[in-house]
Amino acid sequence: MKGHTLWKDMKNYRVLLLMLAPAVAFFFLFAYIPMAGIIIAFKNYDYAGGVFGSAWNGLNNFRFFFESGDAWRVTRNTALYNIAFIVVNNSLQIFAAIMLFEVGGKWFRKIMQSALFLPYFISWVVVGAIAYNLLNYDIGTVNALLRGFGLQPIDIYNTPSYWPYILVIVSAWKSLGYGTVMYLAAISGIDTEMYEAAEIDGANIFQRIMKVTIPNLYPTIIILVLLAVGNIFRGDFGMFYNMIGNNGLLFSTTDVIDTFVFRSLITSNDIGMSAAAGVFQSVLGFATILTVNYAVRRYDKDRALF
Amino acid sequence: MKQLDRKIFSGIGYVSLIMLAILCIIPFVLVVSSSLTEETKIVTDGYQFIPTAFSVEAYIILFKYPKEMINAYLVTIGVTVAGTLLGLFLTSMTAYALSRRDFKWRNKFSFFFFFTTLFNGGLVPWYLLMVNYLQLKDTFAALIVPMMLNVFYIIVMKSFMSGIPEAIVESAKIDGAGDFKIYTSLILPLSKPALATIGLFLALAYWNDWYNALLFVSNEKLMPLQYYLYKMLGNMEGMRKAMMGAGAVVTTSIPTESLKMAMTVVATGPILLAYPFVQKYFVQGMTIGAVKG
Repeated sequence: MKGHTLWKDMKNYRVLLLMLAPAVAFFFLFAYIPMAGIIIAFKNYDYAGGVFGSAWNGLNNFRFFFESGDAWRVTRNTALYNIAFIVVNNSLQIFAAIMLFEVGGKWFRKIMQSALFLPYFISWVVVGAIAYNLLNYDIGTVNALLRGFGLQPIDIYNTPSYWPYILVIVSAWKSLGYGTVMYLAAISGIDTEMYEAAEIDGANIFQRIMKVTIPNLYPTIIILVLLAVGNIFRGDFGMFYNMIGNNGLLFSTTDVIDTFVFRSLITSNDIGMSAAAGVFQSVLGFATILTVNYAVRRYDKDRALF
Repeated sequence: MKQLDRKIFSGIGYVSLIMLAILCIIPFVLVVSSSLTEETKIVTDGYQFIPTAFSVEAYIILFKYPKEMINAYLVTIGVTVAGTLLGLFLTSMTAYALSRRDFKWRNKFSFFFFFTTLFNGGLVPWYLLMVNYLQLKDTFAALIVPMMLNVFYIIVMKSFMSGIPEAIVESAKIDGAGDFKIYTSLILPLSKPALATIGLFLALAYWNDWYNALLFVSNEKLMPLQYYLYKMLGNMEGMRKAMMGAGAVVTTSIPTESLKMAMTVVATGPILLAYPFVQKYFVQGMTIGAVKG
């Protein structure tokens, strides 16, 4: 009887099912099959044997990954960078959005928004070129300026300690426009009656922002931040790879899980360890996002991811 | 009193916004100016904001032997057009099926797609699948397929389509239109704003993509623009060889530093030219996503 209904439904929905078929096949092939490929992390991969024929080696890949000290270094870097990005980027975006909303006319707002949004549109390769242009030891603009002032030039590409600051600035620069547009949309959605009420109560502009605008932004801020926290163990490969590349001198402060996985796979061809690091990242990320979703659900059920 | 705090605030606002805007734009000025500076000047004084010694030599060299650059452009244009069209078709078709409220299994399918954003097998299994099992290394498909479908775009498209009144679909059904017919002749025309926005996001992603080329392309004929730029920036020897291969006279006087920046300008140019016209669609699209999210 049940089989009968299923058959009927399938017949009913046959066109919709056919329309879904390409996407279902796509995600099955490119997302679900690789999930099963996690077994590579527990194998001593060799090309002759492939995924199924290679010999099992238990937790050896993981043991190497953790005992080399790489695991701790890349995980710490990934998490710390993402925390810094979340704090700095969101603060700056909220600040810019409030200012754009409060100051100037339509034209000023448009021009400013266009300027702030521009970096979002260029590739990380171009950002890498710009960084080279600015930071190169011999001909970079920063060092040209330092020399111009009679100061010692600094060898930025050989000094790991500068890079956390540089990368935080680059991330803020690239994401400023996108985030500002998001927050500006949220601010524009605030009921104007609240502003009028604040005005009547004699609030000055600073009080109005602190007491009306920002509290009304809390839902947006909390959701955007929590979603970002859910991805805290995912490094932005494009940024790190184009800014740092294979410059091993900087790895102590700049290597993240994603760049490590890539290098282990492509450069050193250590497939087992690369897979192990990838699985470690996926599991960590999955646990984080479940936790965060639980938090969002408690805060506002409608905004939870699932 | 009231006037004063407003004035102070406006002052802070104008100054800080203008400063942020300058910081966002000035790197572009620097790149353009560097590409127009005489090589010897760059080597002695570094890259400059305003060319002290103007020269278009880098561009002359670039356009004298443009074979590889043109090839990279063609690859990128091909990938962008094919990828965007395919992506839009698949995204909208999938989103339409998921947006139909009378479709019993829509939540199950939505979860099937959504789950892939929460958990994945990591880079290695996917890479081995692409390279060893599907044999996609050094193929055009390797540059298109990985970014063709994106769960986030499906969700945005679905929520846009859910806003289309159901009565339209119902009346078309009564007139005897099939599901696919409804999708092509009713839903697609009504979804133009969402299609425009997602199309632009897809096109931007394809235009700027270098990652798939980094993983899958070693054949020079298949190098897209951004990856070609990446290669050239890191490898001036390779650049010299490429110039020689294209027929340039063997010379040590190729202005490598200004050439790097000229290449960056040429690779970014189309985006900067299109930017003023397309920016508002991005903003609109993000607001669609943000409201319905």
